[in-house]
Amino acid sequence: MDLVFLADTFVTLLGGVPLLLQLTAISVSVGAVLAVLLALMRLSGNPLLDYPARGYVFVFRGTPLLVQIFLIYYGLGQFPEIRQSVAWPFLRQPYWCAMLALTLNTTAYATEIIRGGILSVPFGQIEAARACGMSRLLIFRRIILPQGLRTALPAYGNEIILMTRATALASVITLMEVTGIASKLVSETFRAIEVFACAGAIYLIINFLISRAIALAERRLSPQLAAPPAAPEPAR
Amino acid sequence: MGYFELMGFGPKGWGLLLAQATLMTIAVSVTAFAIGAVLGGLLAWARLAGGRGIGIAAETYVTVLRGIPDLLVIYLLYFGGSSVLTSVMRWLGNDGFVGVNAFAAGAIAVGIISAAYQSEVYRGAFGAVAKGEIEAARAVGMGRMLMFRRILAPQILRFAIPGLGNVWQLALKESALISVVGLTEILRQAQVGAGSTRQPFVFFITAALLYLLLSTVSGWGFNRAEAAAMRGVRRA
Amino acid sequence: MTTPAISLKGIRKRFGDLEVLKGISLDAAEGDVISILGASGSGKSTLLRCINLLEVADAGDVVIGGEAIAWKPKRDGGREAADRAQVERMRARLGMVFQNFNLWSHMTVLENVIEAPVHVQKRPKAEAIAEAEALLDKVGIADKRNHYPAHLSGGQQQRAAIARALAMHPRVMLFDEPTSALDPELVGEVLRVMRALAYEGRTMLVVTHEIGFAREVSDRVLFLHQGVIEADGRPDEIFTAPKSDRLRQFLARTMPA
Repeated sequence: MDLVFLADTFVTLLGGVPLLLQLTAISVSVGAVLAVLLALMRLSGNPLLDYPARGYVFVFRGTPLLVQIFLIYYGLGQFPEIRQSVAWPFLRQPYWCAMLALTLNTTAYATEIIRGGILSVPFGQIEAARACGMSRLLIFRRIILPQGLRTALPAYGNEIILMTRATALASVITLMEVTGIASKLVSETFRAIEVFACAGAIYLIINFLISRAIALAERRLSPQLAAPPAAPEPAR
Repeated sequence: MGYFELMGFGPKGWGLLLAQATLMTIAVSVTAFAIGAVLGGLLAWARLAGGRGIGIAAETYVTVLRGIPDLLVIYLLYFGGSSVLTSVMRWLGNDGFVGVNAFAAGAIAVGIISAAYQSEVYRGAFGAVAKGEIEAARAVGMGRMLMFRRILAPQILRFAIPGLGNVWQLALKESALISVVGLTEILRQAQVGAGSTRQPFVFFITAALLYLLLSTVSGWGFNRAEAAAMRGVRRA
Repeated sequence: MTTPAISLKGIRKRFGDLEVLKGISLDAAEGDVISILGASGSGKSTLLRCINLLEVADAGDVVIGGEAIAWKPKRDGGREAADRAQVERMRARLGMVFQNFNLWSHMTVLENVIEAPVHVQKRPKAEAIAEAEALLDKVGIADKRNHYPAHLSGGQQQRAAIARALAMHPRVMLFDEPTSALDPELVGEVLRVMRALAYEGRTMLVVTHEIGFAREVSDRVLFLHQGVIEADGRPDEIFTAPKSDRLRQFLARTMPA
């Protein structure tokens, strides 16, 4: 085994990590905000809000991400109206197209995760909040959202890992993240197995760190599941 | 040319090619899913019943395949496989590049990813089989094979159907990635059409519709299968 | 004297630090109905499970119909049955009825009953079905034969489980708290079936909390306490004139005043 080559490759590939993290972080955070809105639309009980949200989730979960990327990157340019719009300077760049596709995609999956989390809050607690005279908004902010997000966290962690994997597709529209650099290296060196294995190792390390961080956050966010405090708190 | 003429089966229509491509998507997805079923079953068995070493190996397999991008796995099999084949042929005295078949490489790549997910589904389904029913099978003197065939396998399959439905949808969507190594499935055919007609939006939207159709029909099929298999199970 | 249907010699079993059975010996003659009483944790269910090898006794012999289970040492210092085929053969001779019925949920009642006769004992299917129908009639649920277990009441499920065990033509029936998981109003229908089996002269080992059943039906009652047989005798000896203090305490707590 050629250790020098492996080490060189590893270092070269690391150059794609910042772009990978950027794509993941921005799409996941923007997606989370959009997903909370869509989840609320799904749960509103109003068909005018529910059905559009439902349709959105259906379309984006039912089609491959790569189709969505191509549709945005190649497809939108077909229309002169778009080419002349203010958005064109963004939409002509693979970076923003990939970002947009990843965001729209993760929004659909996250909507269902957050909806599931919200639905898991026992109805009795909501009734109790109503009985205390809390307003709907207050109930949502103080009772439902904190618990719903906590329940949704493991599934959300999984979604974040899926998104780091998904960023590899950005390489298909020329972005030089880890997989993009790897493909370029392979076309120069013809050493596919070593290069792609190195790239795989980088994704594994990143995802290991992310899952660690999520596990830590889970523990932080669930004091009620931790061991009870050793000594009773002094009365105040 | 209107949309239906363009996508129709007339002399200038792309209908026939897209229909063939759809069959290719189905063929490669089904092959991949079947590979995943066999390998996933073995992995689940290794984690449930194998020795420590085998169990850890199977677990590592699942972690790795779920942690690296699917695109990378396809590249690794296609380009890695090709370079291995080329050097084997060179060693046999046959110079020149030998390419792996895109269908085979793609189906195996998506299959070994699917195996990781399917093993989790089977493991969960095994956990759902009531332990008392296994004891009852032992108590009437059933041997291991008989118990597996008559008591475990039917129930594992039944409990696995919803999860397998999800994994199937994943395989279907991942099959789109095989377009990058040149297999003429839906997305590849859409790219070709987009290039030669300069109507990328139309072609990629059509591809998206075809995927939605496939996932809806197969989702409906899985629901039917689940309803049939859940005879005799009382829903909570 | 004829060979006992079941003979246990010095059965010991521990789970971790807890020794559940501390050397139990017992002979059950052909036709005996033996009730096994004891507080929860006394080891009575474990004893039953050691007989059909759902649990492996750490020490002692299990002899069924004169044939002793062969043992071999395991690497961790314990032991296991030497011959799996022997275990399967022996188990087929013992009908087990579980506390939680354990019917196979993917099969109808009739399919549950014919499963082992057809696939373990390789009997012709038509014969197995005819016999299963007769058995289901006997336990009073012939009309439910095409139902899945989940659609039956607990009492009906337990009667189906008894029919399933009888279909094997077992030499001995083992009952592991067969009525403990049932609602009170369903206990009677199961006990009625068990009583009928006892009067047919079947050999039965019944782990139970039903003092009335034990007193009325058994030939012999064992009282287990902390892993040893604390009392062993005819029902009148056990219930009318209990000699052991622990038995007296147990009966005072369980018997209706």
